[in-house]
Amino acid sequence: MDCVVTGGNVKVLAKAIHSLSRIGDELYLEPQEDGLALRSVNSSRSAYACFLFSPLFFSRYTIPLGHAFRCKMAIKCVQAVFRSLSSLEKTVEKCHIELDGETSRLTFTLHCKHGLLKTHNLSFQDSESLQAVFDKESCANMLRAQPRLLVDTVLHFPPSLEEVSVSVSGERVWFRNHVDDEAEQSKAMLTELCLSSDEFDHFAVGAQTSITFCLKELRGLLVFAESTGLPVSMYFDEPGSPVVLSVTDSVLEVNFVLATLSDDSNLCNHNNNTKRARSPPPPDDFMTDDIDSYLIAMETSELAGPSDALAPRSPSSNHTLTTQPSAAMRSLERGEEEEEDTEDTERPPNKKFRSLFFGSVCPSDSQLTNQTIKSQEVLASDSEDDTQASLP
Amino acid sequence: MKFRAKMIDVGCLNHFSRVVNTISKLTKICILRLTPNNLYFVLSGKVASGGVGMWCELSQANFFDEYQLEGVAPDANEICLEVTPENLSRALRTSQNAKCVKIKLTKKHCPCLTFVAELPTLSSVSRVVTHDIPVDVIPRRLWHDFKEPRMPDFDVSIYLPPLKTMKNVVDRMKNLSNFLVMEANLNGEMNLKIETDLVSVTTHFKDLGNPPWGDDGSQGRSQSRDPEVMAHTRVDIRKLQQFLMGQQVNPSKAMCNIVHKRIIHLILLHEDVSLQYFIPAVA
Repeated sequence: MDCVVTGGNVKVLAKAIHSLSRIGDELYLEPQEDGLALRSVNSSRSAYACFLFSPLFFSRYTIPLGHAFRCKMAIKCVQAVFRSLSSLEKTVEKCHIELDGETSRLTFTLHCKHGLLKTHNLSFQDSESLQAVFDKESCANMLRAQPRLLVDTVLHFPPSLEEVSVSVSGERVWFRNHVDDEAEQSKAMLTELCLSSDEFDHFAVGAQTSITFCLKELRGLLVFAESTGLPVSMYFDEPGSPVVLSVTDSVLEVNFVLATLSDDSNLCNHNNNTKRARSPPPPDDFMTDDIDSYLIAMETSELAGPSDALAPRSPSSNHTLTTQPSAAMRSLERGEEEEEDTEDTERPPNKKFRSLFFGSVCPSDSQLTNQTIKSQEVLASDSEDDTQASLP
Repeated sequence: MKFRAKMIDVGCLNHFSRVVNTISKLTKICILRLTPNNLYFVLSGKVASGGVGMWCELSQANFFDEYQLEGVAPDANEICLEVTPENLSRALRTSQNAKCVKIKLTKKHCPCLTFVAELPTLSSVSRVVTHDIPVDVIPRRLWHDFKEPRMPDFDVSIYLPPLKTMKNVVDRMKNLSNFLVMEANLNGEMNLKIETDLVSVTTHFKDLGNPPWGDDGSQGRSQSRDPEVMAHTRVDIRKLQQFLMGQQVNPSKAMCNIVHKRIIHLILLHEDVSLQYFIPAVA
C-alpha cells in the first residue's frame, strides 16, 4: 500500500483521526478499491465511525493487489503523528503512508518545509473486518443541517452531559438532555431546545418519534464537520434503531453510527415529559403548568405521592439504566481482560443500546425489574395556614 | 403562588447574569426570595454554610420589563425558594443573545423555575430554549430565618481597597496560613495579617476613608472611639477568598464593617444591586 496526501488534505486526515479517537481506542485501517477506510468502534459496540477517503483525495493511491489488507493499531499512536493541527497546516507539505509487509510496519512520513522529514513507523495488528450494519436510505426520518446549527445546539448542554434525546414532529425538532438515573430525575435541570424545520437544509419526518443517543460521539463528528463546513445529515428510525450521522463530499464520506436507547426505556424517561414530547408545547400559557395546582394536589393527597398532575409511570419501566458507553469506559480503564469482572461487581451494563452488529436487542437484566418506584419526595407544605388556602 | 417575569433588554440580561454568576461562586445553594419589588438571594448564617451569611438585594424594576407575583397569601405576598444558583447561571449563560427571556414558577416533575429564551435565527421562527430548574418551596413557617440581617453594632467602618488588589494579597496569603486577621481604624487604615510559626505577613492599606454613617444609634460606639485604635477580627481565609473571587464587576461602593473579634460585614453597592456578606470570627 502506498498513498500520498498533499496540502490541505493532510489537515483533513488529521482531523478525521482526532475525530475517530473520540469513538474508540483503536484505528482500523483498510485500503479498499473505493478508497481508504478508517474506522473505529467503541468497546461496547454502541458507536461506530467510518471515514472513507476516495482515491481522488490522494495524490497517489496504490493498494495492495490480491488479498485484502486490513489492520488495526492504537489510535493514540496515529494521533501522535498528527499532533499539532495548527503547525501541521503551516509546515507539512505532504504525508506519505506506506505499508512495509516484511516488517509489518505502517510508515507515516511527513514531508515538511525546508526538506524536513518526519518518519513514524507504527506497528499494526491484522484485524477482522469492521463494518456496521446500517442502511441510511431506508430510514424514515432524515434531517440535514449546516454544522453551525448543530454546534450551537449542543452548546446549550453542559460538556458533561452524556446523552441527548432528539424528538421530531412534522414541523419541529426538540433536543433535550436525557436523565436516566431515577434518583437524579427530581433534582436534575432539564434543558430543551426547540428548532423549527426552517432552520434545516432538509427536513423529512415520517412519524413523530424520539430517540436518545450519546452526545459525546456526536460532538466528535461536529468538530470535524464544522472545520470542513459540510452539512451534516441525520438518518434515524424508531428508538432502538441506530442513528446515522453523515458528512459527504466528492472525495470523502463520513458515517457515524450511534446506538439509540430502545423503546420502553425511552418512553419511561419521557413519561413526565409525555405532553411535551408528543406534541408541540402549548402557546405561552403560564396557567397550564402553574404551581398552584401542584400545591393543591400536595395538600389534598395523604402521601405526598404522585399527584394526578404527573403522568403515570409504566410499572415495567427500567429506571436504572446504566449508560452502556460509560460502563464501557469504566471497564476500558481497567483493561480489557478485566471487563467481565467489572461487569459482575458493578451493576451490569445496560443492554438497552442495540448491538449494532447483531441487529437485535440483548435481553434486559432481571435485576432491573425489581426496582420499586420511589414515591415523590415530600415537599414541606404549610398545613398550618390551610385556613387561608391560596386557591385562585 | 404565581410568578412570571420577562426580560427583553440585552444589557439587563447581561447584568442579571453577572449577578447570578457572582452568587453562584459564593454558595452552592441559597434562598431566593421574590417580593413585588425586589429579588433577594439569601444565605442565612447557619452552621451549614460555615456561619457565613449573604444578603443580595436586587430591585426587580431595573431588570424586568414584566413582573407578576402572587405570593403564598394576600398578607404574605412573597415566594421563598431554595435554588442552586449554578443552574440559574447556566440557564442564563446560554441565553446571552436572546430576544427575550421569560422566567416563571412552574410545576413539572417538581416545582421548577423555568427559563424560556427566544433566540434570534435567520428564519421566521425563533429558536426556543427552555430550562427547567428544580427548586424547593420554603414554607412560610421557616421564613423568619431569611429576613434581612440587622446592621451589626460595628466598631469600625471603612471603605475597602480595590477588590482586585485585596484578592491578589489574600490569594498569596492563603498559601501560608488558614486564618487571616483583618483590622481597621477610623483613620482610614486597614491591615491584612497572617501569622504562622515561621513567618508573619502584613499588608497595610492607607487613606481608604471611613464611611460617614451619621447619627444612628448603632454607631454610638464608634463615635467616641480613638481613631488610631484598630478593631480586628480573625477569619477563615478561604471564606474571604471565596468572596473576593466571585466579584466580577467593580462596585460603586465597597465597604467593610468590623465588629471587634466577632464578625466582618462586607457591603458592596452597585447601581441596582447590593450585596452584603458576613464572615464570622474564628477563635
